[in-house]
Formats: sequence, structure tokens, C-alpha cells
Amino acid sequence: MQKYVCEVCGYVYDPAQGDSDSDIPAGTKFEDLPDDWTCPVCGAGKDSFVPED
Amino acid sequence: MRPVEIKEGVFWLGAVDWNRRNFHGYSKAHKGTTYNNFLIVDEKVTLIDTVAEEFWGTLQCNIAQVLGDRKIDYVVANHLEPDHAGCLAKVVEKYQPEKIFTSPMGQKAMKAHFKYEDWPVEVTPTGTELSIGKRTLSFLETRMLHWPDSMLTYCPEEKLVFSNDAFGQNWATSERWADEVDRYRLEELMANYYANIVLPYSPVVLKTLATIKEMGLEIETICPDHGLMFRGDDCAWAIEKYLEFAEQKPKNKAVIVYDTMWHSTEKMAEAIACGLADEGVSVRLMCMKNNHHSDVMAEVFDAAAVIVGSPTHNNGILPLMADMLTYMKGLRPQNKIGSAVGSFGWSGECVKILTKWLEDMNMEVVEGIKNQYVPDHEVFNKCYEQGKAIAAAIKAKL
Repeated sequence: MQKYVCEVCGYVYDPAQGDSDSDIPAGTKFEDLPDDWTCPVCGAGKDSFVPED
Repeated sequence: MRPVEIKEGVFWLGAVDWNRRNFHGYSKAHKGTTYNNFLIVDEKVTLIDTVAEEFWGTLQCNIAQVLGDRKIDYVVANHLEPDHAGCLAKVVEKYQPEKIFTSPMGQKAMKAHFKYEDWPVEVTPTGTELSIGKRTLSFLETRMLHWPDSMLTYCPEEKLVFSNDAFGQNWATSERWADEVDRYRLEELMANYYANIVLPYSPVVLKTLATIKEMGLEIETICPDHGLMFRGDDCAWAIEKYLEFAEQKPKNKAVIVYDTMWHSTEKMAEAIACGLADEGVSVRLMCMKNNHHSDVMAEVFDAAAVIVGSPTHNNGILPLMADMLTYMKGLRPQNKIGSAVGSFGWSGECVKILTKWLEDMNMEVVEGIKNQYVPDHEVFNKCYEQGKAIAAAIKAKL
């Protein structure tokens, strides 16, 4: 599954891991994250993320 | 202040900003601050960080006192905020270093900030080791402690870490070492700095401290970029303090922060304070007309409960409380009990609005109290009981 990287702080969202801090289960695609989900490291919004090369 | 040799060939340079009171435009620095930077004289003369731009003269003077005509070969930029990289462009222009080392996010920030075209920047991700002669410098990225570009520089031969903003305190002093100053004051200022600057990134602090432990770094000297440096046993003390700060374990303490129009909300807040105090909880009663938001935050930091108060004003809350709550929410305090109090004239939205702020900060909310017009004996009793109820919630939590 496509990983996404936060352009603000460099955090990588890995769908295989999800985001336990926000109760996002493993296997959740980036596209399926809630609109108000924010980067667990720096707090930036979803629009600060780009697909990882 | 003149340069201080902190280890043979390793110098504190820095500038003491005795008159600084406004730190970064949002936080009070009641005791001034310092911008520490460092110079290592080895086969490659290496400058670690710079100072705020207004101290460019001091920096040049300090460098000249240590180096004479010898040149600077390397520059390490641990963080690009202007209090540390304020003289970076001038350093590059005047000393023309062979290389500038920074983190991957640092390079990005450097490009965006300085718009350079031909600076000899070299990126140093975590684990990069650089020989400067007798000594090695290794780099550890500390993203979001407290900016994306932040990194630490470690010198194994000296067992010394240049920690940038971590472990810093705003304190202008003629002393350079933590063991030369009053310990209580040092801890207070270190906690104040943490509460207002590092707090939102506490999970990163915990991870970084765990990484340092895993890597088995021996640390005998910690050199932060603000305030006093730590040596010997004080290093373990500073690390222990940071662990304690990052864990955010609440103390038996409550802060009542409020604003008031005709003193009704204030009197209700005082009655709540009495209830808390009578149950043995240490209370701070802080009116926003007399306290700066960063001073309130320093008290909120280790409190178990935060009671917020405002009368209803134009169907909202008073502006100083809106300021306070915006600031507090941004710092993401954890593990708090929250409650609201307020008086009102014709419409009474205050408690509902204040409670929403508390919920948005994930506080454990104890239902608030509002009262129309001037509170009477019965209302004061209710507020007093509310203080006791919050005290019981605190005790259940500790």
C-alpha cells in the first residue's frame, strides 16, 4: 500500500501500521483516514502529506 | 561575556541577552536569556550554531578571541530558528566555511529561509559520523523536539552533547554551569521553558531519551543553546527532569485561570479555590488581567486540574480567556481534569463554550457552574462544594 510522507516534519504514514495514537487500525489506507486526522508528530493536516517516492 | 573553555579546545561562545523579556514574541523571559554557541578547535575548526542576529558583533569578537586569524572550517546548524541561526548567513559570508552540516529537514529549512545557491551544505541524517581531527561528531535527528529540523550533535571523545533547545532555560547569568546557580531557580526556569516550548512534543522527548539510552551514549556534559550547561552528575539530573516533564504526571495542584467583568466570576473562582484548599489541594488563582499566558502555562503544566472562568460577553467569553485557551490548547497538556465557571447577565453561553475548550483538550470534565447576576451565599456554597468535588477527582487520579 502507498505510504505518505508529511512535508512538514518528515513523518511517514504507513498504512500497514496505521496510527495507534489516533486509533487508526493497521491496514487503513491514507485516503480512508478521516478528514480531520492530523500528523501524529507535528500536528499538520492531511493536505500536508504527499505520496512517498 | 568572554569565551569560556569548557573542555580543552572546546569553547562556549554565546551572547547573554540581559534585557530580553519577550521570548519569541509569545513567552515571557523574566530573567532574560542566553544564546549559547560553541567552537571546537581541532584539525577542522568547527562552529556549532550561531546566535541571534543582533549579537553578530559579539559572535565575531568571541571567534576572534579564540581563533585569532585561524579560519572556521565547518559549521554545524542544529536548528534554523533565528535565535540560533540568526548569524548563519553572515558567518557563511565572512568565514566561508568548507562545509555546513545540518539535518535533512534542516537543509530544507535552510533553503527556504536563506535562499542560498552555493552554500556547501552537507546533510547529516541520524547516525552520520564526521571526523574533525582528534574528535568525531555524530548527529541525532530530533524531529519536532521542537522543530522539524532539530538535531543533537554528540562528541564521543568528549562525552559531550550539544543539545540545542533541549534542556534549555531562559536565564541571563554570568555563570555558565548549572552547579554554580541556585538549583530551585534552575529547575523552575527549565520547567517554564519546557511548559511553554517543548510540551507539545513530549512523546518525541520520551522517544529521544529512549534512543539515547539504547545507543548507550555516555554523557558527561550537556550544552543546551539557552541558559546554563550541565556537567558531571548534573547530566543525569537534567535527563531525569526531562523524563519527568515529558511524562506529565500531575501533582496535587489545581490552577484556576479566569477573567472577570464585575468580579462575580472572580468571587465564584475564589469559592472554588477555598473548597480545593480545604481538601488539601495546592491552588493557584490566576486572573488574566494580571498574568501573562506563559506564566499561567508554567503553573498549568504540573497541575492535576484546570478550572477556567469567564463571564459571558457578547454571547462568547472575554478575549483574554480566548487568548489563554488558544495558547493552552496549542501546547497540548495531558492528564488534566477540567471544569468551568462563569457569571452572566442576559444570556449565559460562557460555561458551555469554556467546557467545549476543555473537551477539545481531552480533559476529564467535571460539570461546570454558571450563575446569573451577582452570586449569593447559596452560589458560593455550590462553588465551594464544586472545589471539594474537583479535589476528590484529583485524589482519585493521583
